[in-house]
Amino acid sequence: MSEDLRNGESEMEMTSGAREALKRSGLSRRSFLKESGALIVCFSAFDLATGAVPAFAQDAQGVSSYRPRPNQLDSWIAIGGDGTVTAYTGKAELGQGIGTAQTQLVAEELCVPLERVKLIACDTAFTPDQGYTSGSQSHPANFNHSNLAQAAATAREALLRLASDRLGAPAGQLAAADGAIALKTDSSRKVTYQDLLGGQKFNLALDKNAQRKPASEWTVLGKPVPRADIPAIVTARFQFVHNVRVPGMLYGSVVRPPGVGATLVSVDEDSIRGVPGVVKVVVKGSFVGVVAQKLWQAVQAAYILRVNWTPGPPLPPQATFYDHLRAQQPTRDTLLVDSKDIDEKFTQAATVVKATYHHPYQMHGSMGSSCAVADVRGETATLWSATQGCWFMRNTSAMVLGLKPENVRVIFTRGSGCYGNNGADPVTYDAAILSQAVGKPVRVQLTRQDEMAWENYGMAFVMDERAALDAQGNIAAWDHESWVPVLGNRPGMERPGNVVTGFLAGFQPEPFAAQSPAPAPTRYNNNSNGIPSYLAGVIEGQPGGTGSIRGERVLIHNVVSPFFTGPLRSPERFQNTFAHESFLDELASKAKVDPVEYRLRHLSHARLRDVVKGAASAANWDARPSPKRATNRAAILTGRGISCVAYEGENGYASLVAEVEVEPATGVIRVQRVFVCVDCGPISNPEGLRNQTEGGTLQGVSRALFEEVTWDDHKITSVDWGTYRTYPLGFPIPTVQVVMINRPTENATGAGELAITTVAPAIANAVFDATGVRIRELPLNPERVKAALKQLV
Amino acid sequence: MGIKSNTEMSAQESSGVKPEVNDELKAITLKVNGTTHELQLDPNTPLLYVLTDDLGLYGPKFGCGLGQCGSCTVLVNGSAIRSCVTLVESVSGSEITTLEALGTPDKPHPIQQAFIDEQAAQCGFCLNAVIMTAKAFLDKNPHANDSDIESAMSTVLCRCFTHVRMLRAIKRYARGMTSTT
Repeated sequence: MSEDLRNGESEMEMTSGAREALKRSGLSRRSFLKESGALIVCFSAFDLATGAVPAFAQDAQGVSSYRPRPNQLDSWIAIGGDGTVTAYTGKAELGQGIGTAQTQLVAEELCVPLERVKLIACDTAFTPDQGYTSGSQSHPANFNHSNLAQAAATAREALLRLASDRLGAPAGQLAAADGAIALKTDSSRKVTYQDLLGGQKFNLALDKNAQRKPASEWTVLGKPVPRADIPAIVTARFQFVHNVRVPGMLYGSVVRPPGVGATLVSVDEDSIRGVPGVVKVVVKGSFVGVVAQKLWQAVQAAYILRVNWTPGPPLPPQATFYDHLRAQQPTRDTLLVDSKDIDEKFTQAATVVKATYHHPYQMHGSMGSSCAVADVRGETATLWSATQGCWFMRNTSAMVLGLKPENVRVIFTRGSGCYGNNGADPVTYDAAILSQAVGKPVRVQLTRQDEMAWENYGMAFVMDERAALDAQGNIAAWDHESWVPVLGNRPGMERPGNVVTGFLAGFQPEPFAAQSPAPAPTRYNNNSNGIPSYLAGVIEGQPGGTGSIRGERVLIHNVVSPFFTGPLRSPERFQNTFAHESFLDELASKAKVDPVEYRLRHLSHARLRDVVKGAASAANWDARPSPKRATNRAAILTGRGISCVAYEGENGYASLVAEVEVEPATGVIRVQRVFVCVDCGPISNPEGLRNQTEGGTLQGVSRALFEEVTWDDHKITSVDWGTYRTYPLGFPIPTVQVVMINRPTENATGAGELAITTVAPAIANAVFDATGVRIRELPLNPERVKAALKQLV
Repeated sequence: MGIKSNTEMSAQESSGVKPEVNDELKAITLKVNGTTHELQLDPNTPLLYVLTDDLGLYGPKFGCGLGQCGSCTVLVNGSAIRSCVTLVESVSGSEITTLEALGTPDKPHPIQQAFIDEQAAQCGFCLNAVIMTAKAFLDKNPHANDSDIESAMSTVLCRCFTHVRMLRAIKRYARGMTSTT
């Protein structure tokens, strides 16, 4: 099988990591390509343990006609001649642990040891299209009764049927274990998977009636299986997209405009005459890039290249930006819920409470600036990309390149953690455009400044909250209105202009569709968590919400953003939850009721109530109204706060208690202890869930305390770690106690965005508890806190 | 020969290595992970670029190019340095150690093993920074207490915020060092 590996030509076309992976698989490159069309391959294209991917760029045509159909079992599962189970998934390992969890799922359903499962993720040549790996959707998509889980269950039942024929015994008398099926009463009568089906196709549709193994029988799923990739990462054997090198590869650098909205006038190629190694200056619309022989030469050339730009229009001043948003026209208005009796309820109220909350633009700010490698030759292209959506990337890069989508192969290759649409998509277009221009493979890695100045930021928010309290202090009505700027997004199937490179290359972002007034809502949808958890969410007579408040209105105004925007971990939900959960605390304080008790009084959803109780109990919650009745003139004040969320309305539940110290003289907040309770249905890997919850919590602390995109009259000024603050490793960190509620009989929900959504309001509530001062704008940086607490010093 | 940029790219002017052109290559001897390499290089090339692109190493990574995050950390004569802002010429002849030289997946170095044991990674991109910075510090300060360790790590960034586990892994390794010395 391995003669091709000794063939110099084919060896030249692969990265060493890919060669090693291939060698380990015992399969030749040629036979891999030949057989992969029928999907009876038995090695991992993207090796979860090493990140290695095959690099046979110009063989893309050989596999491009294959498009796995999601209703076919062979699209998901293949039994190799050696008994290896290869699983194909459209959900990528981004660092969140889903790769290992999916391996556990397949091992569990197919009754094979973990090490016999190979997972291939997100390669348009092999894997089913499962859209984006995003939005806390991987766990629900692949661990319930569809997609990968259903494929694995279908495969097990199919193998049992085959074994039944082979062994001449009814399937009910057979049991699968360790990659073989044996008679329950006589384990010597058995047949292995490879003997039943090794190297052949199932030729079956996914069976929606195939039985998942009940959680009570799990031996692999639900266990704290260690991440498969960590040994290679810690020993520098793991191939990130930044490490991909293909033969003949050149290096590209891009020159972004000096300010927002600036357009290209001219490029003076003479200005880099003295720079060695330059291959080509590439211009496409307002896209400018340079290709050189070596990385350093490309960086030099892009830096030195003299480029003339028009000045962009002036940016709205940051100091008054929130007022600017409120005044923007036109708007796109959305009503999420409207009981139509709000005005009446407010008229009857014993007390009306109002507050406005502000949330800045924040960024993904990946550790490694984004990188991609593209090999575009003639009519075909291969892209190594850390995109979260390889199928979308295939379509939109084809648009950018003027190629047919079926001639583009996108191979997901892990990048630096993204937390949403960071620079991974635009840099893939960058590499593709430059590679096409020179007809050779090109690698592009953005500068730190270009990464941070041009990514799709998490949206700024202005949020007005208003509540009517009755004579007992209970909430009779809640009115929420927000202003949210948007521009661009993920590219989807047809909008390369939604991110910077596509835009510069001449594609427009999705047009802003104005709509005012908002149409009446027709179904309950709390995907954005725009609806506070305490509302009943009644639409056309049906309550869909998690709370009991019947006087309810939620109105959102989208307006045009001066900067590109897009999903940042817990998009919209982070911002809305900051306002809702802070405001709920304001109401509890007004009613002089303990914040936990006040929450439970207005929450009707059992699982949401349970996480609130779980967090409060873990924290040994000091039940009393806030603020604390203590002298608030001490040098250091302490307090505790709580918050909760039903993520996306129904995609997981979290509650978090933060204990803080506040120093009014300096404005410094120190989060001392965090207790976070999460419920994502059945826990697929408790260690993975704990890791995500701890990481999400601290990312939430960083966003709550430090992070804010800044700009001047024409450009972004938060462009490195000196100008965009983040929470460094050595900064005092809180202890984080994670309480996980396991619900084996419920559906799997999202997990990665639960904790982070609850952090900022819990901290703001704790600061209020400590100081009696409510701060309604993020980040709670020392300058803002010091100013707010001036009267306490 | 040097060419100054006339492009208005203010962000690039903040810090980091200024890409001034030097088209005269120089013979530079680099000792990396015990192997000596004789290279013809622009002496102003950042060390990182030589390690990742001329030598194809996976350990040091480009994070910011400004010396702010630590992704590019390597050991030079046992001290942690940020290779993205270190001119290659300045380390000619020095002993350079990268993450891959510490151990292998089958036989990891004790500090690498501590990270495996604590499952101290999410995306893993920053681990080079974290492990190399911690190792260099603890090699010189084997009896460091927790607060010393935290302050030694205070200029290393992780955007997945795996802080809890990574600090635990470092402290686990530090305790192991103390107990065996």
